[in-house]
Amino acid sequence: MKPKTSLLDPALLRQAALDSFLKLDPRVQWKNPVMFVVYIGAILTALATVRAFSGFNLQITLWLWFTLLFANFAEAMAEGRGKAQAATLRGMRTKTHARKLVGGREESVAAGELAAGDTVVCEAGDIIPADGEVIEGIASVNESAITGESAPVIRESGGDRSAVTGGTQVISDRVVIRITSEPGNTFLDRMISMVEGAQRQKTPNEIALGILLVSLTALFILAVATLPAFTSYSESAAGQSGVVNLSIPVLVSLLVCLIPTTIGGLLSAIGISGIDRLVRRNVLATSGRAVEAAGDIDVLLLDKTGTITLGNRMASDFIPVEGITQALLADAAQLSSLADETPEGRSIVVLAKEKYGLRGREVAEPHAVFVPFTAQSRMSGVDFPARDGAPARSIRKGAAQSVQDYVESLGGCFPKSAAKAVEDISHRGGTPLVVAEGAQVLGVIELKDVVKGGIKERFMHLRKMGIRTVMVTGDNPLTAAAIAAEAGVDDFMAQATPEDKLRRIRQEQTEGRLVAMTGDGTNDAPALAQADVGVAMNTGTQAAREAGNMVDLDSNPTKLIEIVEIGKQLLMTRGALTTFSIANDVAKYFAILPALFGSLYAVAGSTQGPLQALNVMHLHSPESAILSAVIFNALIIVALIPLSLKGIAYRAVGAAQVLRRNVLIYGVGGLLAPFAGIKLVDLLLVAVHLV
Amino acid sequence: MNQRDLIQLALFLGALLAVTPLLGKWMAGVLSGEKTLPLLKWVEGLIYRVSGIDPQREMSWQRYLGAVLAFNVLGILLVLVAEMTQAWLPFNPQHLPNLPFPLALGTAVSFVTNTNWQAYSGEQTMSYGTQMWALCVQNFLSAATGIAVAVALIRGLTRRSSQTLGNFWADVTRSTLYILLPLSAIFAVVLAGQGVVQTLAPYADVTTVEGAQQTLPLGPAASQIAIKQLGTNGGGFFGQNSAHPFENPTPLTNFLEIFAIFAIPAGLTYTFGLMSGNRRQGWALFGAMLVLFVAGFAIAWPAELAHNPATGLTASMEGKEARFGVMNSVLFATVTTDTSCGAVNAMHDSFSPIAGMVAMVNMMLGEVVFGGVGSGLYGILIFAILTVFIAGLMVGRTPEYLGKKIEAREITWSVVTVLVPAVAILGATAVACVTKAGVSSVANPGPHGFSEILYAFTSMVANNGSAFAGLNANTDFYNYLSALVIAVGRFAGIIPVLAIAGSLGAKKIAPPSAGTFPTDSPTFAVLLIGVILIVGALTFFPALSLGPVVEHLLAQAGRTF
Repeated sequence: MKPKTSLLDPALLRQAALDSFLKLDPRVQWKNPVMFVVYIGAILTALATVRAFSGFNLQITLWLWFTLLFANFAEAMAEGRGKAQAATLRGMRTKTHARKLVGGREESVAAGELAAGDTVVCEAGDIIPADGEVIEGIASVNESAITGESAPVIRESGGDRSAVTGGTQVISDRVVIRITSEPGNTFLDRMISMVEGAQRQKTPNEIALGILLVSLTALFILAVATLPAFTSYSESAAGQSGVVNLSIPVLVSLLVCLIPTTIGGLLSAIGISGIDRLVRRNVLATSGRAVEAAGDIDVLLLDKTGTITLGNRMASDFIPVEGITQALLADAAQLSSLADETPEGRSIVVLAKEKYGLRGREVAEPHAVFVPFTAQSRMSGVDFPARDGAPARSIRKGAAQSVQDYVESLGGCFPKSAAKAVEDISHRGGTPLVVAEGAQVLGVIELKDVVKGGIKERFMHLRKMGIRTVMVTGDNPLTAAAIAAEAGVDDFMAQATPEDKLRRIRQEQTEGRLVAMTGDGTNDAPALAQADVGVAMNTGTQAAREAGNMVDLDSNPTKLIEIVEIGKQLLMTRGALTTFSIANDVAKYFAILPALFGSLYAVAGSTQGPLQALNVMHLHSPESAILSAVIFNALIIVALIPLSLKGIAYRAVGAAQVLRRNVLIYGVGGLLAPFAGIKLVDLLLVAVHLV
Repeated sequence: MNQRDLIQLALFLGALLAVTPLLGKWMAGVLSGEKTLPLLKWVEGLIYRVSGIDPQREMSWQRYLGAVLAFNVLGILLVLVAEMTQAWLPFNPQHLPNLPFPLALGTAVSFVTNTNWQAYSGEQTMSYGTQMWALCVQNFLSAATGIAVAVALIRGLTRRSSQTLGNFWADVTRSTLYILLPLSAIFAVVLAGQGVVQTLAPYADVTTVEGAQQTLPLGPAASQIAIKQLGTNGGGFFGQNSAHPFENPTPLTNFLEIFAIFAIPAGLTYTFGLMSGNRRQGWALFGAMLVLFVAGFAIAWPAELAHNPATGLTASMEGKEARFGVMNSVLFATVTTDTSCGAVNAMHDSFSPIAGMVAMVNMMLGEVVFGGVGSGLYGILIFAILTVFIAGLMVGRTPEYLGKKIEAREITWSVVTVLVPAVAILGATAVACVTKAGVSSVANPGPHGFSEILYAFTSMVANNGSAFAGLNANTDFYNYLSALVIAVGRFAGIIPVLAIAGSLGAKKIAPPSAGTFPTDSPTFAVLLIGVILIVGALTFFPALSLGPVVEHLLAQAGRTF
């Protein structure tokens, strides 16, 4: 699901062009009231042209149909990108067979017949037939079909990695899976309908905007419908019966130009492409509503590990006790960690190498006996038997208390300088590991959480956008505070349990804020469900994936920030084009009103009445003026398709700044652009003798 | 444009800026139940006891609306009865007859809705009694209704997850007793001191200096003029309204009468700021209103002074009182049409086409440039909600106003307040244009006749009540149609506003952050002005171009009809 299609993909364009004609079906048009008015107008104008043919009427008719086609094209383009992906997904789904377990025996059934609660067996090579939970066994699974990531992932029963997705393939071992989804409602099904936009429901904002657009349309229908009455009075007052051309094509032209066709024609394309942008970043939203809510988020709850810090602690310093050199400590630490395959252990080896040029010796150093970490000793280390005159060595590293117990049991003592170093490190938010050789404490290794590069800047941007970040961690408050300060989050929750998280979300919501969070474990599920935007990691449990309203296929917790940005961009695009569309009306009046009423109250023998003064653009003739306005109105839809699909330029700055910028571009720009545009079309029409 | 005019304008704006916070603070105190006045407090308690009202009892928006409607319908019935029985009631020294039903109905609806559209001349039609207990009372109560609805909307905007909006009876009683009554009493005394008549004596027969016999109409005028201006009612005691020397005798009364129109609506913006906990919110609205007012005046004044090729005159005094002159006439006209007042001190019908158009556009905007008492504030708050919705999406959040999310329900009701008045104005004008009954009332041929019809329905729907007097509106057609469109105009405001208040009141308040659309900034005021002009007035552009615009262009070419 990595980006596949560009805006100018010929196949996509071809399909969209075809679709834009198919969408002329009245049942499709009916769903968009603004464009439906254009549709009715285009039909009436076509009929009028048949009855009273003229080149002008024909051109108006054609451009009205173009207006509709352009709007359809925008929608088809937005849908088209998702459709290609959906087709691939669908192909994967159809031919799967499941090995259903019935009373301990296997039965072959079609994947579509599985219901929630059924259990199935999958072995290496099998396609997992439906979403479910591993209840027995462990297997590696290739999930590239949905994530695009080809490295296999481990799925096992129990714990936080038990969820499997229909359509993915088991590549080793055997698992028993309990199906958790009903037929037709699997993850894959939902994914298909999301990318296709088939079951796309209108979001609350879209509904509200729709109401506004319909009302504006009604308002302008009224303005146009009352014109014949006003005109009849004016014609009789001027003694010029029939001087105003109020034919159907002219009235329809005026109406179509005034109603908000630009935003009306692009509205659904904007919505679909917003979801498409999410899909391209490998995030699946269960509803467009969730995407919109993402733009409204006030608070982000972010797990420390993996989001703010790299997953693991890293050795950052060696602090020897009095009488021991740092190099000696580093050497001992490295020796003790050679066989330690944990990331912490490896980082000690690397640090010693970097700081003191101590090359990582072979793990298989002769005679060395490595002592692995156990829950009882809570230490690890290495023993060297006495050999070639060298004395026996026994090196241990571990938590301060464990090492203290250890050296004291050997008759040694825990030096004060070591205790102080341990305390200092804790204060700084690090984790101390004490190293001892025999009964002698050598010093302390400082392990630190490493904050991800660039994350501080991102939080700063979020703050400018008015979003507060809260770091959630199981660490003690001291450690948490230190990391929070380093990462630049606004607040943190230390020693947080899932219940604390849930409580915090509820509290923020009571105060009127919208909260987003990520999570993967089953115990995250209540909080994910409570959050306004809950992003579940794809690697997580089925419970978490069901509870959230988005799933991140990359399982990258930082993605939440991008999701917020996409949500905001979606709303901004909608607002900007609405403002643009409404602002356009001023210029259109100045094109069409003088064209309509220009001859009214003209002195006998002249066609130039006083209202020609409104023709500020000096358009060539009444026909060219009306035609130019209609053509501009149609072309502006095409011109804005790329913008509506890509979203307007987005910057992480405060609302006041965004507002000023967008008002200038889309408000003032929307006021002025059509004056230039209509004049230009008029000049072209005259140049090529179309009027 | 001489120096004295400019000094007076400066005084006017200075007084407006000074009084807005003072009055606004007092009103906020009264409306939150904290401020009372000594003697009147006892009256308030008495009113509650007699009518069995518990002022503490909170109302849902539906109950609040029910109370408003019941109160207004009862008001219409009482005025109707008073008008149609005045011949048999006391205080009728001139023995004026009962009013016919169409005129009585039109007048009753008009006064109860704060419109004060008058298809009659007071001194020839209304007895002292009718003026006092029917019309004057409604001058108070219609203004108090406006304040009550506005404060209900403020409560909806500022309360957190609340199902109720306050108590209508308490709001109306307090607004009347502690705001309208004291101000009117003071103002009436000042007016009487300047020569506005206040008597129950019959009309005076006098011999003029030329030796002719003349009857001078008298009456309890000062008390009614005060609330007519302060309550943005505008219904004159006499037919000539504030052009009549007994209603508006001196330059001082003229200045005060203009100022009184703006005082309460301007003060209410400050009240709003205080009650919303951020005074800048109120000043943003005030700023937008001020800009629109100044812009209108800045267009109308020069237009009125300009040379008119059709008449060959400059600074036309046609239809103006010599004691006021051009500037004071234009200022009065701008102020009275910015608000829903509709009192006049000059004949708007005689204004230059551009000045007449400014008056019309002011009303078409929905009476939100300070606007009617209460109705101006709730009107502009609806525009603020629309502005937040249209432009607010551009900051990338679901639009919020004062932390309340603006969603489908609010938008639906908000557009009703824009759509329905437009339907009423354009629809009624169109009907009048194509029916004999409509066209036959027009006194002037040519585009001005169209302007007269358009002005009439705009004024009615906007609850203004001023008129291009050339139109004879005392016909069955205009009386019935006026009663209808006036009521539509008023309740297309009140019903949606209370529905929105109810819906917003039940919502949570999102605390502001750097990502919130700022609604207390100059940027917002500019946007608000843009939306008011584009959404509020763009619909009327074609109609205006066939009326005052073409009339102006024809006059420039020296053509008349």
